[in-house]
Amino acid sequence: MNPVALTAKMGIGDAGIAAVLGYAVVFFGLVLLMCVVILMGKAMAGTRKQAEAPTPAAAPAAPAAPSGTPAPGSAGEVKLFDVPDKEAAILMAIVADKMGKPLNELRFKSIKEVK
Amino acid sequence: MDILQTLSKLVSDSGFAGFFLDGGWKYLVMIVIACVLLYLGIGKKFEPLLLVGIAFGALLTNIPGAGLYHMGMWDAYVNECAYDAANDAALIEVTDDGSRVLTVEEYLANLPAGAKEPNIVEHLSFTDVAHFGGLLDILYIGVKAGVYPCLIFIGIGAMTDFGPLIARPSSLLLGAAAQLGVFLAMFGAMLLGFTGPEAGSIGIIGGADGPTAILTTSKLAPHLLGPIAIAAYSYMALIPMIQKPLMRLLTTEKERKVKMQQARDVSKVEKIVFPILVAVFVILLIPSTAPLIGCLMFGNLLRETGVTERLSDTAQNALMNIVTLFLGISVGATTVATRFLTLQTIAIVVLGVIAFMFSTIGGLLVGKLMYVLTGGKVNPLIGSAGVSAVPMAARVSQQVGQEADPSNFLLMHAMGPNVAGVIGSAIAAGFLIAVFG
Repeated sequence: MNPVALTAKMGIGDAGIAAVLGYAVVFFGLVLLMCVVILMGKAMAGTRKQAEAPTPAAAPAAPAAPSGTPAPGSAGEVKLFDVPDKEAAILMAIVADKMGKPLNELRFKSIKEVK
Repeated sequence: MDILQTLSKLVSDSGFAGFFLDGGWKYLVMIVIACVLLYLGIGKKFEPLLLVGIAFGALLTNIPGAGLYHMGMWDAYVNECAYDAANDAALIEVTDDGSRVLTVEEYLANLPAGAKEPNIVEHLSFTDVAHFGGLLDILYIGVKAGVYPCLIFIGIGAMTDFGPLIARPSSLLLGAAAQLGVFLAMFGAMLLGFTGPEAGSIGIIGGADGPTAILTTSKLAPHLLGPIAIAAYSYMALIPMIQKPLMRLLTTEKERKVKMQQARDVSKVEKIVFPILVAVFVILLIPSTAPLIGCLMFGNLLRETGVTERLSDTAQNALMNIVTLFLGISVGATTVATRFLTLQTIAIVVLGVIAFMFSTIGGLLVGKLMYVLTGGKVNPLIGSAGVSAVPMAARVSQQVGQEADPSNFLLMHAMGPNVAGVIGSAIAAGFLIAVFG
């Protein structure tokens, strides 16, 4: 393709080359970008795992049992009024998720069903 | 005071007299076309935010004698030749082989009878435009300097959630595939006799991204800006009508019913890093994408930082609205009758729809390929959302998917290719500007 001729009318060969080259450049650029985004995702996941590693026991346990020995970091017992354990656990998990805080940093005093 | 002479002067100076001059009927036709576009914008809600402005700009610019926009001045500016401010004429001669810049002597020797006393300006600058131009000329500086499309991209960036794309980076393949129409239409335009820059500007209609089409055309073929902008925005409004039949034609019932797995959660840090990373990487790769990608990612960064909420809000609303207002009316102003009512315009309209169709087909075909390669985990319908047109194209994927299975929700999956298409069309525009600019 002759760059000098770009502003003039182009023949079928040059037109075809320009079109194929353009499409290839877009694909190439976005494939490379895809690789970069994948690498970024992996790097972030690695960083997250490293950050979570030192406190493995903290997060999960808390919600379920209102009786027995509390899990490390949990704060006391929650009093349940007409609420089954399972539903209480679900509610506490939802509240923690909405607030963006680990469950063991929250203190639930009581949960009761409003009738 | 001679009353008859005064009345005669008033009549001959009025815009109505302009309709009876040589070729004056074209202005009437353009006024009718502007009214049709207004109807489409207001009555049929075809991209009304821009189409109403474009149509009204077209109306104003085609009222004889209004003097709001001076085509000759912009011809002189683009061709870097002298300008006759009194007669709104660039000192160029258009021939079958192209155009030739005239000397002042040549121009004066061929000045038509009845022309006003010439006022020649040798080298036009934006200051001269502000001095000799009308209101729409001054607003058009923002288009010519490439300011409005970039400001709109800041707003688009601030409104766009790139989360679905970050969660599923393979969406970028669909965004790339859906640029097929850009280059096929460009090829077709070249075969029809358009020059490279003109063909590139026509092809970019297939990117389904109005600001990108306007920026590319204002840089490569400003004389085609009016018809290309109108075609681009009209077809964007017609996306459901253009895409749905192609989607049904190119996919099977089984493929349309595929339910995709929910993508992973994307952290806030990833969303903040993404625009910085994309801006640096893409601009390094194709520097001519800098205005569009830079502004798009800047707007997105404002949205994601969480500490620039006021700026993000302004970019999404006030700034976007103001720039849309200026952009629409000044682009409409370029649809001067003598330029718009040509066979070229019809060719642009036809090539535009071809570009849209093949962009959709490109996305769908790669969507089908991904369906096969993933063992049926990807619904090919999300491929058609690879044309930009955010979020309309994603909504169409959702609608066609739900026609096949009402419990299928493809919207968020289609948003990935949809925002990838914005980046893809910006890269395509960058390529065209780099090659033909």
